[in-house]
Amino acid sequence: MKNMSQYKVEMPVQAPDVRNKNFDEVALGYTPEMAREEAARCLDCKNKPCVEGCPVGVRIPEFIAKVAKGDFAGAYRIIRSTNALPAVCGRVCPQESQCESNCVQGIKGEPVAIGRLERFVADWAMQNLQEEILPPVPLGKRVAVVGAGPSGLTCAGDLAQLGYDVTIFEALHTPGGVLVYGIPEFRLPKYIVAQEVEGLKKLGVRVETNMVIGRVQSVDELMQAGFDAVFIGSGAGLPSFMGIEGEALNGVYSANEYLTRVNLMKAYRKEYDTPIKHNSHTVVVGGGNVAMDAARCAKRLGSAVTVVYRRSEEEMPARREEIHHAKEEEIVFRLLCNPVRILADENGSVRGVECVEMELGEPDASGRRRPRPVEGSEFVLEADAVIMALGTSPNPLIRKTTPGLSVNKWGCIVVDENTMATNREGVYAGGDAVTGAATVILAMGAGKKAAESIHAYLSAR
Amino acid sequence: MFQIVYKRELNTQVTLMKVKAPLIAQKARAGQFIIFRVDEYGERVPLTIADTDPEAGTVTIIFQKVGLTTNLLGNLQEGDCIRDFVGPLGAATELEGIRKAAVIGGGVGCAIAYPTAKALHSMGAHVDMIAGFRSRDIVILQEEMQAASSRFFLCTDDGTAGEKGFVTDALKKLLESGEAYDTVFAIGPVPMMKFVSLLTKEWGVKTIVSLNPIMIDGTGMCGGCRVTVGGQVRFACVDGPDFDGHLVDFDELMNRNTIYRPEEAESTACQGCRMEQLADAVMGR
Repeated sequence: MKNMSQYKVEMPVQAPDVRNKNFDEVALGYTPEMAREEAARCLDCKNKPCVEGCPVGVRIPEFIAKVAKGDFAGAYRIIRSTNALPAVCGRVCPQESQCESNCVQGIKGEPVAIGRLERFVADWAMQNLQEEILPPVPLGKRVAVVGAGPSGLTCAGDLAQLGYDVTIFEALHTPGGVLVYGIPEFRLPKYIVAQEVEGLKKLGVRVETNMVIGRVQSVDELMQAGFDAVFIGSGAGLPSFMGIEGEALNGVYSANEYLTRVNLMKAYRKEYDTPIKHNSHTVVVGGGNVAMDAARCAKRLGSAVTVVYRRSEEEMPARREEIHHAKEEEIVFRLLCNPVRILADENGSVRGVECVEMELGEPDASGRRRPRPVEGSEFVLEADAVIMALGTSPNPLIRKTTPGLSVNKWGCIVVDENTMATNREGVYAGGDAVTGAATVILAMGAGKKAAESIHAYLSAR
Repeated sequence: MFQIVYKRELNTQVTLMKVKAPLIAQKARAGQFIIFRVDEYGERVPLTIADTDPEAGTVTIIFQKVGLTTNLLGNLQEGDCIRDFVGPLGAATELEGIRKAAVIGGGVGCAIAYPTAKALHSMGAHVDMIAGFRSRDIVILQEEMQAASSRFFLCTDDGTAGEKGFVTDALKKLLESGEAYDTVFAIGPVPMMKFVSLLTKEWGVKTIVSLNPIMIDGTGMCGGCRVTVGGQVRFACVDGPDFDGHLVDFDELMNRNTIYRPEEAESTACQGCRMEQLADAVMGR
């Protein structure tokens, strides 16, 4: 039976005034009945425009047809055949600008809730499916993957499935990269990341934590040690600051530091040693997903939170859903507004942020209208913490220790976009190390493409 | 898991440990550091590498028990394991071309100054090592520093060992007596590094300091360890930890290092239960 509704089946969420005081997951997921009802909205189009919109090419109409029939295990196998991390993607992919933006149902009404269905299937499989994973026939070739973030995990998973002997080297003490240090528990529970990594281990992937490639071993030393190819997925790097007065005051954080304390080090839980401040008023500067994550973490730690962004809401790079969730959680938005300096108290700590109002002028290189300050409109926001969420510049460790590796003027590794091959033979790269700060799914797409190229390269040798 | 293969109390507050970490032992050079995490609940804390034994595969760390984490680490015994131990981090100290150097260590900072002196001494440079302590009972590594230097000067604030006075007094005397150094290395408490740098600036002697800001990942990701050097934001974990002492904003660093004082006081107050938890975890292994 087709479901003729123009609207998605709603997904239950924690009430805003409850969830803004805890770190439990905001979205609660579909029940099997809800999933089947939503799946029945899929028109099963012949030309499958949704699949075009997916960086890892999930066979969307096929898995949704299985969900509609109640064959959740079958649906999982279809998703898993092209996506190594479905429980992650179902939660953090920007479906509205990818698969769902191409959905024919979206022309007149809301698109099919592909993300929610993917999430449902992945969660159902984690709870119900005890599948014997048979490690594939070994090919006798070794691949090193640098970084256990989205691109590295995807690349490792795809190569392991083909029979390669894969070792992931992770700098931090836990695998997951941005999935564990950046994205908060309430958007992506860490047990989900851990389970996805366990899935890769069952395929034979080895994960070595506490290994900073570029320091303890160089890329060349990995090749000398017998790896036939190397994939670099070392991720984004050092946080950017504005260069305004007062950024070195106590209480000014990069979003990376704030989120790492909260997410990786679990500072919000009493039994963990890493300290975190419980502020009374936090100003978050920036308009991306990272800014939303930082704002929502600060709120959950008991602070009033104001997001300051220099353009208007239309230009905000954050997902609409994240902005919507943040607003529901009583986070205040000061749009068209930019900090000019951070004010100090007598102890060298933050006491406020002086801001200036902005107006939009002509479009700039990014096509967005360029913001410019309104003279004489300065005002002060009182605050005891400021979190800068302004993006990052690439980590210098790999490029400094890999002679001859080609990088662009920003320090991003240069690759052939079709193969993800660098200019060094046998060395491939993808994710934020190549693109600068981007999304989880784009990094996964790059990891997938690199795995295909590495397979082609090593098969030909 | 990284096993502690040797432990020695250097004095009532300072402990030396040799930790099995063969890859780090092979790669580490003077000036680099490691980050450890005692157990699942522990914070990530950086410690400069005091020495390595590539053949035995061990890395030596020397630390003062000042807060919760260093006390937890100090409570572990030979045979116990540290959960995480990652390195070598940071850039190695640049020693090339140095013929004559003064290496200054203050307190437990001597543990970090010592490998620099040792590296310089073994490459044939003249090394004047100045070590300063509050008092005689907290002097550490005296023999080692003596062996790693051409001349060794010990001073204490109260005069109970060596000369009475600060390391800056000893350095000033040497400079006034006409000693000309290619480089002065100063490693110790931030105020000590600040005053050494002020002195050497007057004398126009290049000075390298090793900074110890608050750090989390230590790999160039979080930005917590940022310091202002010559008016620019620099990150101690990838750009340092060594910087030109004449350009560092020491007052800012001192202020930034105090940010978690209240939280630290609170966590030290409930240290007992945390110790028991860690002991249980070690037993359970």
